[in-house]
Amino acid sequence: MGNLFDSQVEIAWCPGCGNFGILRALKGALTELGFSPEEVVLVSGIGQAAKLPHYIAANVFNGLHGRSIPVALAVKTVNPRLLVIAESGDGCMYGEGGNHFLHALRRNPDITVIVHNNQVYGLTKGQASPTSEEGFVSKAQPWGNLSLPLNPLSLAISQDASFVARGFSGDVDKLKEIIKEALTWRGFSLIDVLQPCVTFNRVNTFAWYKERVYYLDDSYQPEDRIKALEKSLEWGDKIPLGVIYQHQRPTFQDKIYSQIEEEDLIYRGVNFDDLFSRGLRLFT
Amino acid sequence: MAKVVGFNGNAAVAYAMKQINPDVVAAYPITPQTDCVERFAEYVSEGLVDSEFITVESEHSAMSACIGAAAAGGRVMTATAANGLALMWEMLYIAASMRLPIVMMVTNRALSGNINIHCDHADTMGARDAGWIHLFSENAQEAYDNTIQAIKIAEDLGVRLPIMVTQDGFIISHAVERVEILEDEEVKNFIGAYKGRYPLLDLNNPVTYGPIDLFDYYFEHKRSQIEAIDNCLPVIERVGKEFGELSGRNYELLEGYRLEDAEYAVVALGSTCGTAREAIDSLREKGKKVGLLKMRCFRPFPRESVIEALSPLKGIAVLDRSVSFGGFGGPLFTEVRSALYDAPSRPSIINFFYGLGGRDIYPEDIEKALEKTEEVVKAGKIEQHIDYLGLRE
Repeated sequence: MGNLFDSQVEIAWCPGCGNFGILRALKGALTELGFSPEEVVLVSGIGQAAKLPHYIAANVFNGLHGRSIPVALAVKTVNPRLLVIAESGDGCMYGEGGNHFLHALRRNPDITVIVHNNQVYGLTKGQASPTSEEGFVSKAQPWGNLSLPLNPLSLAISQDASFVARGFSGDVDKLKEIIKEALTWRGFSLIDVLQPCVTFNRVNTFAWYKERVYYLDDSYQPEDRIKALEKSLEWGDKIPLGVIYQHQRPTFQDKIYSQIEEEDLIYRGVNFDDLFSRGLRLFT
Repeated sequence: MAKVVGFNGNAAVAYAMKQINPDVVAAYPITPQTDCVERFAEYVSEGLVDSEFITVESEHSAMSACIGAAAAGGRVMTATAANGLALMWEMLYIAASMRLPIVMMVTNRALSGNINIHCDHADTMGARDAGWIHLFSENAQEAYDNTIQAIKIAEDLGVRLPIMVTQDGFIISHAVERVEILEDEEVKNFIGAYKGRYPLLDLNNPVTYGPIDLFDYYFEHKRSQIEAIDNCLPVIERVGKEFGELSGRNYELLEGYRLEDAEYAVVALGSTCGTAREAIDSLREKGKKVGLLKMRCFRPFPRESVIEALSPLKGIAVLDRSVSFGGFGGPLFTEVRSALYDAPSRPSIINFFYGLGGRDIYPEDIEKALEKTEEVVKAGKIEQHIDYLGLRE
């Protein structure tokens, strides 16, 4: 079945890579929400995950390792009518880009951050990443990783992030639903996606996750921050999936435009007739 | 009888690092350097070195950790490439300004954008003014030899500066070659034991590194840094000779190939020098008097040696594998041309850009560059100072 977001670029991931599930779920979510490619901007960094935008027909900004979030924030600020998604791996978002992640939590830009969390550096062939388990053995750390894994969900909830969820790339349908919720959420939304690396992570495999993941049921109240924090700390034999925390608060764009009291940057001084006549489609 | 092994450039440097046995190595993975650091990590894991190996979350942290460890009095090494080197930027200047003899292997790789993982010299050329010594390698053997020499040069009391030893990404770093290695004891004796100067860990003699330094003294400190790096040339030459006595492989600041009676020459860095030798042999067979000047030491720039080698020539083709956007020619061209301004006689000089982002260069390209240079000299006028090799236009 063809999809509006299909790209002609040949996919260069390993067969069986967990990234395929995320790609399918994201394309499905964008289609079901009725977006068209020109309304969507994907911003990525460097890594196997950061190659995903090449495989989607939409606007793409592929910049430097770790730097996707500031670019996404700026794109959204200049043109709030675009759907802006920053996506990359755990190394890019939580390691080299960790500082940007922290400050995005504070600012609450209306963007969605999708992190392909495979607990390993895949592109550089298998070193421990910021989310690798303590003791994880890699070629660069043959004695086992000495650091504790970062818990992105707890970190985000502790800083009152607007929307915090966890998905699993082995369950495309449910992941698609989580992505749809995040994309329609007003404010900063984080989806940490458990994504098995079939080549370099022989510990956290599809089977490993399948034995442990479960979905939060309807009785779960994601508005309760303390309960959400507790839930985010659950890891090991049982790993919760779904929307773990959500809390509406004013976005970065709300605050910026309330200060400058002008219309969005993109609409200042633009001759729409001229743009239309050149065949560019604008979205309102 | 020297021991011969099959090593790619990354493995050769990792093996040199093993034999050097530094106190601290801090690094972050980046293609095409990763393989070198992983091999070193295996040596650490197998207990073959005493080094403390620190894996960090970015190259900025890697260089910061190296600076801390070197200031504490340790012998410190690291490795990176391209954007990793760029992310170290502000720390590179601090390492040099604090006179910390850190040795770093750089696999030369194009600097984004767009993203490209293959070889050119944009990364280290961008860092050429940071106060580091830059040694280029033609092959895996030289990467190994330069790494060992770099320790001795950097730690010399007349130098005390950080050094980057470069090798062309993938071309050298990932190609297996014949490499002669020294015995561990020979390397250990050659580099000697390290004694940190003004170490932070000397609790009886507390020192301060990096306090604020404004218009009152900053300028004088920079002046002393200029003198420090200028004074390195005789040390690099001396260490090259001593290494020759040990290994049979003599090293100088630069190396001429069939230059003695040459009328035309190419000047190049890194692996392209190997390609150029082929081109020169081929043109020599056709009766052309051509040669090569290989620049091993790019910083400090060995001005007098360059004048001596190039001034007698009629024409020179300078090959640049990086661009100084908006400048008059590439980094190597501007240095060579500037050095020759005061030469007893001035050859005509043409700049050829080539190989950006890993584009291959062939002996025929270099033959073409030399032939064009000869045409220019015979025409008596340079119409075009800047030209390109292997480019679609």
